[in-house]
Amino acid sequence: MGDFLLVTIQVDLYDQLAENLESDLINTINKNNSKGVLIDISAVSIIDSFMGRILGNIAVMSKIMDAQTVVVGMQPAVAITLVELGLSLNGVISALNVEKGMDLLRAKMYNGDNEEQTYDDSNQ
Amino acid sequence: MTTATSKEELLIVKEQDVVPLRNRVKEYGVKIGMSILNQTKLITATSELVRNLLKYGGGGKVIIESVSNGRDQGVRVTFIDNGPGIKDISLAMKDGYSTGKSLGLGLPGTKRLVNEFDIQTELGNGTTVTIIKWKNG
Ligand SMILES: Nc1ncnc2c1ncn2[C@@H]1O[C@H](COP(=O)(O)OP(=O)(O)OP(=O)(O)O)[C@@H](O)[C@H]1O
Ligand SMILES: [Mg+2]
Repeated sequence: MGDFLLVTIQVDLYDQLAENLESDLINTINKNNSKGVLIDISAVSIIDSFMGRILGNIAVMSKIMDAQTVVVGMQPAVAITLVELGLSLNGVISALNVEKGMDLLRAKMYNGDNEEQTYDDSNQ
Repeated sequence: MTTATSKEELLIVKEQDVVPLRNRVKEYGVKIGMSILNQTKLITATSELVRNLLKYGGGGKVIIESVSNGRDQGVRVTFIDNGPGIKDISLAMKDGYSTGKSLGLGLPGTKRLVNEFDIQTELGNGTTVTIIKWKNG
């Protein structure tokens, strides 16, 4: 995996656990000098404003440390609900699955492409 | 008319009570065959309101009910706290209004996610928020 960090969230997290994840992740990025972080949330069945804020914080913090965060595998029901709730995950880039997320990170790394975008493979 | 068929009450006093409550509400949705999308909306709304109950209301209780109106089945969740109440409800219902340095999404966002939303509050006496998500709503 080289410079990338893969984090899989297996259960719906308690707030304290989510906060721990945030600080652990920041420390690990720092220690390993990681350039990319993939957060697999395919097992997460709900994102409320608290969890959304944690994901946003991770994205912002990793960016400051020169790493790019990609959230992968968001369930469609979760995505739709987030929009209706009014929560925009600012700065959080998302991809369909781990593989696509990895492609996205590699592309960003080698092209030095720092633009924020959402990876869209809806035509494939 | 909306009638309740089954009902239970949960005491909410700490952050660790949030996930079990969400799971219980989900079970009520599953029991009546609610779609994953409607379950997700209901649980997300529950999560936002229980956070408000803890953060601003100082804890309280939550009642979960299976309800029916003759045409459809649904889940009703009532959040009751004895906190300070809300001074200006119309302000609190606005997107972006927060006294907690937060996003101010909880109340207006929750209203968008459910089919019925009611809020009663009295300064010094607490706040009660009631939501219903219909199975086919
Ligand atoms: N149960 C309650 N008791 C007292 N005040 C409340 C209660 N619920 C909400 N409020 C007031 O209404 C405001 C708006 O609530 P809302 O949930 O929309 O936003 P928030 O909690 O501040 O931010 P967010 O939910 O986005 O983290 C709160 O900031 C608070 O002042
Ligand atoms: Mg709130």
